[in-house]
Amino acid sequence: MKYVDEFRDSRLIRKAALELQRLSSPDRHYRIMEVCGGHTHAIYRYGLHRLLPENVELIHGPGCPVCVLPMGRVDDGLSIAADPRVILTAFGDMMRVPGERGSALEQRARGADIRMVYSPLDALQLARRNPDREVVFFAIGFETTTPSTALTLMQARREEIPNFSVFCNHIVIVPALLAILDSPDMRVDAFIGPGHVSTVIGCEPYQFIAADFHRPVVVSGFEPLDLMQAMVMALGQLNRGEARVENQYGRVVPWAGNPAALQVMDEVFELREFFEWRGLGSIPHSAMRIRSEFAAWDAERKFEVAGLQVTDPKAAQCGEVLRGVLKPHQCRLFGKECTPEQPMGALMVSAEGACAAHYHYSHRMASR
Amino acid sequence: MCLAIPGRIVLPPSEHFAEVEVSGVRRQINIDLIAHEGAAVGDWVLIHVGFALNKISPEEARKQIELLTLLGEAAEVEREVSGYGFSSGKGNDQA
Repeated sequence: MKYVDEFRDSRLIRKAALELQRLSSPDRHYRIMEVCGGHTHAIYRYGLHRLLPENVELIHGPGCPVCVLPMGRVDDGLSIAADPRVILTAFGDMMRVPGERGSALEQRARGADIRMVYSPLDALQLARRNPDREVVFFAIGFETTTPSTALTLMQARREEIPNFSVFCNHIVIVPALLAILDSPDMRVDAFIGPGHVSTVIGCEPYQFIAADFHRPVVVSGFEPLDLMQAMVMALGQLNRGEARVENQYGRVVPWAGNPAALQVMDEVFELREFFEWRGLGSIPHSAMRIRSEFAAWDAERKFEVAGLQVTDPKAAQCGEVLRGVLKPHQCRLFGKECTPEQPMGALMVSAEGACAAHYHYSHRMASR
Repeated sequence: MCLAIPGRIVLPPSEHFAEVEVSGVRRQINIDLIAHEGAAVGDWVLIHVGFALNKISPEEARKQIELLTLLGEAAEVEREVSGYGFSSGKGNDQA
């Protein structure tokens, strides 16, 4: 934990921590949701949650794509690999997510041809090299990742590669935030907005959170000082009774986002009526599907996909953790039946999942 | 999967691709998402799953590299960039 200590000693971080102490009024409790899984990871990695005043509570948001993908979609995707013609490709994060009949890694051990790729372009290349096989890319991710899949599909169409397709699970962050704001157990006072998603969508889409729900949003970078500053900005707004969208990460995030990325997303994808999120249920207009112009490259049209509705393991309380009702360690399986080595729920799989982050940086250290 | 990797463009880009260097590793990445800003040798970009997401300043790139090192993700970054297999350094549209 050498680096964490170095950061604790950093003069600027200490100054920000003092500023948070000064800003937090003792008669008030502040609940701040960091939306992005990358932020969750960074907060735990640096131990920032331990530098906060007692009455400033962080709630870990839904911004971890593998964590919110319901088990039914995992099973649907993996079922495509049962066809012996198919090479199923996925990002590393996806490989360990448990489905009802095991994870991708376990199904691979039983003979399915499932391969990890670092880029959707690698999956496309695999299709070029294996014209006698069907290569399917298991696409996941928020708006940071969606433009890459869009461009890959455009390339597949340009080259008329017939044996490539995408199983699309791209999701959209704003409807998920709306679902959280609308939920009856909603407890969030302010949001730390995602960094890299916002490089694509910009800051404008968060305006309704300030205008209609009167909650501040501060888009933040990933460094410890960025996150501390973002919290100072959020607390400042709350104390002044303001609700605005602020951009702490202006050096990377343009207010209007990336027009080229928005354009290719729109060309290739359209919103689904509904999409199921783990822990949050069915959310309207919260995910993308491939437009009919690209139907030939849509794995959901090319293969029989069952559309399974699989309930998550009953004992696991991923949903409550995702909504911020429970802290990771308050789940009855945490650290016992469910660990990063043997995950029951997806929050334990990804480094960006709240449970894995809590396990690695709080739980394990405490039990040493 | 949300962290982006800083890399520097080291060869004159083609229409869709550019060769970048990330901690000593050279790979092709797609530059369609930054085409409207222009892409040239020496530019720093943030890379996500084989695509340049946006251009950044050299100062920001330095900070991002430090951040990834501190997050303990330097090895993972190297694996990821080395893993981009869609081209082996010579053009990318060919099989």
